[in-house]
Parts: sequence; C-alpha cells; structure tokens
Amino acid sequence: MTTATQPLAAKPTLAGTPWRERAEEALIPPFVALLVALICGDLLILSYGQSPASVYRLLLEGTWGNAYGFGQVLYKATTLAFTGLAVSFGLRAGLFNIGGESQLAAGGFAAALTGLALPVGTPLLLSLPICMIAAGVAGGIVGFVPAYLKTRFGAHEVIVTIMLNFIVLALLNWFIAGHLHVPETLHTPEIHAGVLPRLADIDPRFHGSAANLALVVAVIVAFAVWFYLFRARGGYELRAVGLQPQAAEYGGISVGRAWMRALTFSGVIAGIGGINYVLGYKHYYEDGFAGGAGFLGIAAALVGRNHPFGVLVAAFFFATLSQGGLAIHAFVPKQMMDVLQGVVILAVAMAVPEVRGILRGARRRTAA
Amino acid sequence: MNPFSFLTQMIRIAVPFLFAASGGVVAERSGIVSLTLEGFMLSGAFAAVLGTNYSGSPWVGVLCGILGGLIFSLIHAVATIRYRADQVVVGVAINLLAIGVTRFFLKLFFASSSNSPRVAGFGGNIKAAGFDNPLLWLGVLVAPFVAFVIYKTPFGLRVRAAGEHPDAAESVGVSVTRVRYAAVAISGILAGLGGVYLALDQHQFTDQMTAGRGFIAISAVIFGRWDPIRAALACLLFAAAETLQIQLQGSHAIPSQFVEMIPYALTIIALAGVVGRAVPPAALGKAEA
Repeated sequence: MTTATQPLAAKPTLAGTPWRERAEEALIPPFVALLVALICGDLLILSYGQSPASVYRLLLEGTWGNAYGFGQVLYKATTLAFTGLAVSFGLRAGLFNIGGESQLAAGGFAAALTGLALPVGTPLLLSLPICMIAAGVAGGIVGFVPAYLKTRFGAHEVIVTIMLNFIVLALLNWFIAGHLHVPETLHTPEIHAGVLPRLADIDPRFHGSAANLALVVAVIVAFAVWFYLFRARGGYELRAVGLQPQAAEYGGISVGRAWMRALTFSGVIAGIGGINYVLGYKHYYEDGFAGGAGFLGIAAALVGRNHPFGVLVAAFFFATLSQGGLAIHAFVPKQMMDVLQGVVILAVAMAVPEVRGILRGARRRTAA
Repeated sequence: MNPFSFLTQMIRIAVPFLFAASGGVVAERSGIVSLTLEGFMLSGAFAAVLGTNYSGSPWVGVLCGILGGLIFSLIHAVATIRYRADQVVVGVAINLLAIGVTRFFLKLFFASSSNSPRVAGFGGNIKAAGFDNPLLWLGVLVAPFVAFVIYKTPFGLRVRAAGEHPDAAESVGVSVTRVRYAAVAISGILAGLGGVYLALDQHQFTDQMTAGRGFIAISAVIFGRWDPIRAALACLLFAAAETLQIQLQGSHAIPSQFVEMIPYALTIIALAGVVGRAVPPAALGKAEA
C-alpha cells in the first residue's frame, strides 16, 4: 500500500520539475479546499438561520482580531504543528503515521513524570531539555514499534499505528486512573520543574491565553526538519525511499533503515509536542489531553503539502478554525468547525490528484 | 458466572462488530481500505435515532440508518474511486466528518451537545435477553450471507477479482469501478446497520457513541484474514473479551484497560505474522484507473 501514499508525496522526481510548476501543484489544492469549506460553512450557517457574512466577521474578530484570541490560536497551532510535522516527516519516506495521538500523549506523560521527578527550582535551561528528551524518547518508543514491525515483518504501519493508539492510550489511562492521579481527578499532581513562560509574561495583552515558549520550540523543530529533509544526506535518503523504494535500494540506500528512522523520529516529534500542554499550559498530564490533535496533525500535514513551513501555516489555519468555533458559538454551534475540518481534509485529498492531472494535461497540450 | 448469560451478552456485544466487519470484508476484498467503518456506524446510528424520533417507528429508523451509512460510504467511494484520493486520508476525513456532522445535527435537531432524547426500539422483553430484537438475528446471519455472496456468486467473484487483480478483471470485461462502488456501498449499509443496532439498543444517540467499535471491526477483518466467517469468529472473540471484562468488573482480577487492548494487540500480532501471516488482498489501497 506504499503506492497509496504516493499522491501525497510531492513529486515523482526529487528535483526534476521547475519550482513554479511544483508551487502550482502544491498551492492550488489547499485554496480549492478553502473555497469548498467556505461554501459548506455558508450552508451550515444558513441552516441555523444566521448570516454567513456576520458569522465569519465574528470568527475573525474572535481569533485574529484580539490578543487573547490570537494567543489561543497560537497555543492550539503549536500542538498541531508538532503532530503535523510528525505526520509529514513519515510521509516523506512514504509511510503513514496515524499514531500521532498516542505519541503525543506518551510524550506529555513522560514530560509530566520528568517534571515531577526533578527537584523544585531546577533552572529552565536544564529542565526544559530534560523534559523534552523524556517526551521525545516516549514518543519515539511508540513510533519505533510500527517501524520495527514494518521493517522486520512487513506489517502495515497504518494499521499498527491505529491499533497502538488504542493500546497506548489504554495503558496511560491505567497508569493515571490506577496509580498516579490526584484524588477525584484524572490528572497527575503539578510538575515541580520545567514550567514554560507564557506569551503573556512578555506581553501582558495576551493575558489569559495559553500560548507559551513551546511555540518557539515548534518553529525550531520545523526548521530542523526542513534542514534534515532538504540539506542533510539522511533526509535525502528518506525522500528517495518515499518516492521510489526500489530505485533507492538500487542506488545503495537501505530502505529498512530509512523506514526505521522516518517512523521513529516521526514519533519523537509528536512526543515532544506533549510539552505544549504539560509544561506550557496545565503543568500536569491529564488523561485524554491529546483530544484529536494527533488526527488533526494528518490534516495539517496534508494541507501543508508535507513541507515543514507549509505544515506551520496549515496548523495555524486549523487552530483558527478550532478557536473560531468558540468565538461564534453564541450564534452557530461550534460543532460546525468539526464538520469544516472534515470537509477541508476531504477536499484537499480529492483536489491533489485532480489538480495535478489537470495541470499536467494542460502542460502537455501547450508543449505539443 | 452464568454461562447462558455470558453467551447472550457476548452475542449482543458482538452484533455491531458483526455488521461492520462483514461490510469491511466486502469493501476490502474489492481493494478499498475500510478505515471508515467507524464513521459509517456513527452516521448510521444518528440517522436511525433521527428517523425513529420523528416517525415513532424503529423500522423507519432502520431505513434511515441504512441511508446514513450509505451516504457516507458514497462520499468515500467518490473520493477514492472517482477522484483517486488517498484512501487512508479519506478514511481519516470521513471519520472526522461523521463525528462533526452528527455533533452539528445533534445540536440542530435536539439542541444538545451530548445526547438525543429517548427513542423507541425493538423488543424489550426482559426474559428474551435481547433476542426478541430482529436486528440481532440479522446481525448473526449477516456473516454467513456475506460469505455466500463473496464465494458463491458472480458478484462475489468480481469483488475478489477487483481486489486481487483489477487489470485481469478489466480485461475480461468486469467494470472494476462499478464493482468497487457497489462493494463500498454495501460496507456503508452494513456498518450503518451496526450503528442502528447500537443506537436502538440504547434507545438514544450519544456523541461518539461508537467509541472505536469500527476499529475493532477492522481489527476483526484483519485478524480474520479478510474471510467473512473467520472475521465473524474474531468478532465473537473480541466480544467475549469485552463480556468477560464486564462480568469481572469489581473483582479487579485484570484491569479493564488490559482487556480493552486485546483486539488491538491480537491484530498487531496477526499482522506481524507470529501466528499465520495476515496477507491483505493484493490491490488493497492501490488507486488505479
């Protein structure tokens, strides 16, 4: 089923096509999807007897229009950036990691345990890297299992990661519900060290919003992923395997090792994402905090066309939808945004092969 | 533990799995990935409650539920077959869309973000232990019926050909496209019925009430190696584990979370080939003209 992921991989050649054509193929599908989503949104708003124009204005005012709303968008975008980068990293090697949900949760859990174990007053310069490593290792372990089973036994990574989601989340639930929770709750005690400064500490206008230093970590991770994929040898191998495993193998690249790296590090990236909630927002691990962010990461990777910076933009877009739902809730139920998320993913998935076919057909005609 | 009550409870729990897994076998044997069963079940469950609520008759609810599953399966089919979209991505999108649409309409029709009002259902005689519900019997019979269709009818042969060797099927005049549309539609109808059973059995719709049952069904399909009867046996096995967990509750013999893991862990073991390798249909997930 590796061929099934090929519509997502950017191109059949690594550098063969002019960038303008690549940009067209990459950018048109998200815009088509946005248009489709806007039309669907209109219909849903009208079904509630409201005016689309005023609801959309409200949505923008509640998200980008004030510091609190914007801060909340940035907070939500941070988690989605991590899970989106994780998914796109795997997809570059032709592998679909649907385990972002449990990798994120495992990372957050490990970060919380580490934050609890560290002595009070550990400086952030020390506690942040330690917690990040713990989170990354936990996510990496969850990512390693499908990587190993794929490489060693050929077990399909899509199914294994889905099944692992249920297994890992049940295991974490057992840890929390059975052993580690504060009585009457489903969360751990507050961490002693590793609390990240919030955006509001720098600019008081963001007061109340959860945006925090993890946002900067997410941007750094995006740059690191970009550098690795497009400037480092390992990333080149990874992309070569994603485009054509047989050819890569023939060219002397170990496909198995590239797969191992792709899925394990995909898990690491998603795992680090756990710091946003645990170190940046609540300062404890709570059962179920991932709440679908792993799956929305797939959406961010898809809409961001598997490019690290595209993923950041897409994460910002989906975070805006999610926060926008709260802003319009008095007039149209926020559940509308759940519908639109699905519509956007579906529309992009359909538009990618279609737009490519149309563009290439047109080019052939002009060339002929 | 009373073995009779164990058996009846196991069958009641297995029915939604049996419907959805039977549908999953048909779609996957035709070459289309069925990660969408969860979404089909959820839309079927909601449509059934909507229909029953406004008509007062559970039979109308059954028809509506079939329609609900069918509509979502047709979206799935158009996206993956006509537009050749990635089947896994579409699967994720369909599941998210089903959650979103049912939530939105729950709010629109019932002004609630958690559950619908109570609706009529089938049976209800305490002594019958759920066996006076016609849907239960339908669920028990669906797997043998699907096995018959898959192995003994021309349509079943075409489904298997489309999933194993679509080019060969095309070359002898079978329209792979049409066969796959039909197979996906069947999976939507059957998984939708699984949702109908669930909703009418509980006499209401609750947000995300399928709670991963569609994924247990897809586990059963894989664990049963894409064979309808073996998949049904896997459903019964998974249902037995869940029954055991419910009946052992309070005794703290095994934490419930570990029993929950059983279907998923077994599926991974089956995929890794420890006990007889699970080999999917050759053309599964491959988008081709």
